[in-house]
Amino acid sequence: MNNSSVMKSGLTLAIIAGVCTALVAFTFKLTDDRIAANQQAWLEQSLQPALGDVSFNSGITESRLTIPAPNALPGSGDATIYRVYSDSAPAAALFVVSARDGYSGAIRLLIGVDVNGAVTGVHVLEHRETPGLGDLVETGKSEWSLQFRGRSLGDPVAAGWAIRRDGGEFDQLTGASVTPRAIVKAIRETLEYFAANSAGIYSVDEVSP
Amino acid sequence: MSSIVERFRNGLWRDNPGLVQLLGLCPLLAVTSTFINGLGLGIATLCVLVVSNGLVSATRRWIRTEIRIPIYVLIIASLVTCAELIFKAWFPALDRSLGIFIPLIVTNCAIVARAEIYASRNPVGSSIIDGLVMGTGFALLLMALGAFRQLVSMVWLLALLPPGAFFSLALAIAAKNAIDGKRRAKRHDALQRPSRVTNR
Repeated sequence: MNNSSVMKSGLTLAIIAGVCTALVAFTFKLTDDRIAANQQAWLEQSLQPALGDVSFNSGITESRLTIPAPNALPGSGDATIYRVYSDSAPAAALFVVSARDGYSGAIRLLIGVDVNGAVTGVHVLEHRETPGLGDLVETGKSEWSLQFRGRSLGDPVAAGWAIRRDGGEFDQLTGASVTPRAIVKAIRETLEYFAANSAGIYSVDEVSP
Repeated sequence: MSSIVERFRNGLWRDNPGLVQLLGLCPLLAVTSTFINGLGLGIATLCVLVVSNGLVSATRRWIRTEIRIPIYVLIIASLVTCAELIFKAWFPALDRSLGIFIPLIVTNCAIVARAEIYASRNPVGSSIIDGLVMGTGFALLLMALGAFRQLVSMVWLLALLPPGAFFSLALAIAAKNAIDGKRRAKRHDALQRPSRVTNR
């Protein structure tokens, strides 16, 4: 193969790569808004189950708070908190965060925390973990995510907030310890954030980044 | 070029990508736990296969043999990304239940195999028909397995679990071989009889 044929091959590859990128970009633009709307709808649908048996009488999506990045919550982007009230007294907060150290990409999580700092529910919104192994963290696929209900920073104490393999108290999944490890860590960080800002979360202005 | 009917018979039965060529088994075994999943992934694979065959065939004159594989990969990967976005936008529930298997269509060897075996050597129209035929064969198998496993799981839960997928596929292949065998025997009989008469 001489120089000019190498050039020609390279040029063909570049042109086709360009056309393919344009095709994907066009489809992305076309579907962008709908995908965002679908994700929001799915999130709102998951809010109620993540609250467990907390009693409240405010609309779940009424009091939404965005914590701009960078913040101490897990994940790199902005975090969203939905605040729930019972007779205008704080009842619980739902955190939308993402665990970045999953096996394959970020894991978007919904974590419910009641006023006392106990977990009311954990729901995996989006992930790309291995089917049959890591994806068992999904609420519909196994009971794994239910073990966090009622647990808080003192129960278990700090060292216990890890999977069993790492000396903690939480179950891992056979064949997949990376995914549970990432999620346990994200829950612990969320609870720590809540502990540090619990007063501020319910009064918008005082939330520290 | 053989007639359309003959080609459909090839894609759906004689050379079925799943049953005979045994291509794309990973998604086939994994998602066929329900009919709807089979239908969803089947249609997505069918669309990607038709368009990729069309594009590969349309560009076949400019593609040098030594860079053809990266180009197939580029084309197929972009198409699958588009399919994934379309599913997320218009069929969010199906997208959630198929999960990672939509992006994994990229790794379905049936698609790159058709690009290499057929689309790179034949005109656009014919290649699109090939994609349609092979894709339909694959989709129908996914739907049949999905429906079968969903029905059997009502009495026997194992059908829904991974071993159930292997058993179902094995049954499907065995059934196809049995039917083919019977047909061949019949044809054989039909050919034999007149000769027997003359021999007597």
